[in-house]
Formats: sequence, C-alpha cells, structure tokens
Amino acid sequence: MPDTPSLTVLLFARYAELFGAAELRLALPQPATVAGVVEALRILPGGAALPLNPLVAVNARQARSDQPVSAGDELALLPPMAGG
Amino acid sequence: MAFLTELPLQLDALVAEVAAPECGGIATFLGLVRNHQEGRAVERLEYSAYHPMAEGECATIVAEAMAQWPVRVAVRHRVGTLLIGDAAVAVAAASAHRAAAFEACRYLIEELKRRVPIWKKEFFLDGSVDWVEPR
Repeated sequence: MPDTPSLTVLLFARYAELFGAAELRLALPQPATVAGVVEALRILPGGAALPLNPLVAVNARQARSDQPVSAGDELALLPPMAGG
Repeated sequence: MAFLTELPLQLDALVAEVAAPECGGIATFLGLVRNHQEGRAVERLEYSAYHPMAEGECATIVAEAMAQWPVRVAVRHRVGTLLIGDAAVAVAAASAHRAAAFEACRYLIEELKRRVPIWKKEFFLDGSVDWVEPR
C-alpha cells in the first residue's frame, strides 16, 4: 500500500504546549497550501487556540499563507519571536 | 561560528573576533536576564529556538549590516536555562570610526529581536510561568 503523502509540522514554544507535541505528521491537506495546513491543525485537539494566520516557515524560510506545500516539506509554526 | 550556543557567552571572545588593525572602535551590546518583568519577580528564563532558521536569519541580518556599514561583526545568542544576570545575547561591531560601529550594533540587536525565531519562557518566583510575547 503506498504511503499517504504527508508533511512534518514543527511546533515551538506556546504552540508546542497547545498540541502537547513538538512535531506532528500531517496528511497533505487540500488545498495543499500553508493556509490549508493551518486549517487542518486548527481542527486537531488544542488547535482551536492557534491564530487564524500564524507565522509559518516552510523548510526554514518564512512563507506566505497562500504558498503551496508538498509532501515531505517541513513546516514550522512560529509564535511571536522573543529573542534577546 | 554558530550563532546559537548553550554555553555561557563571552563578550571578550566576540571583541577579539571582530578586532582588526584597521578598526578604531568596537561597539558591543550584552543582553542580560533581569530579575523583574512588569512588576513580577523573575527566577529564570528558558530560551528555545528553531535552530536552522535562526542560524539562517542571523546570517541574513549580519549580511545586511555589512552591506550598510563598513563593519566587522559577531553575534551570539544563548539557548537553554538562564539565571538572573546571565547574558542571553551578545553583539560586537568593529569599524574604522565609532558611528558605523554604534549604528551596526544597534541594527543587529533590533533586527535579531524582531526576526530570529527564538522564544523565552519566564519562570516567576511565585511559581507562575509565562511565554514572553512582544507587543
């Protein structure tokens, strides 16, 4: 049986606590965009508290919500940055 | 040299890294863990980061500074558990004259705080815990 196309979602800081995980595997959503992934995350347990339009990086580069995503991509959900 | 480190920051190491015979001044910034936040007593901070993106974003900011000013720069940020007075971030900028050194140093710390994916969790003396989020 072929593997379902999936991508990796990395969660940090407050977002990791929402989901109780630092990393999730998600089936490639429809539409296969950043916004589609956020929508899929928001219906998971804990996901309702995610902002509608959080900061997201695809393969470690900041991405727009309409950016397409592919199987095997690494998405990262980034809470507001607080270095320094 | 990696931007993120779990080891204590040494400002003199950054100064040595940027010093050069043609540089007449070095501006530095050291960001420390302070013992209060909005009137509450802080016990410690925990810093975490999205490492590959943080390294890449820091390299971009360094390149921007070097394109704007004739400077040699070094930037480090610590991750892990830090106590009051520990240095969380260190920046050094060296240039022939002080103006460029000060300006580049300021640019680096401001952009770093705004753009590099680093987060901190505050542990207060009263036992409460909060994620720091800029307003």
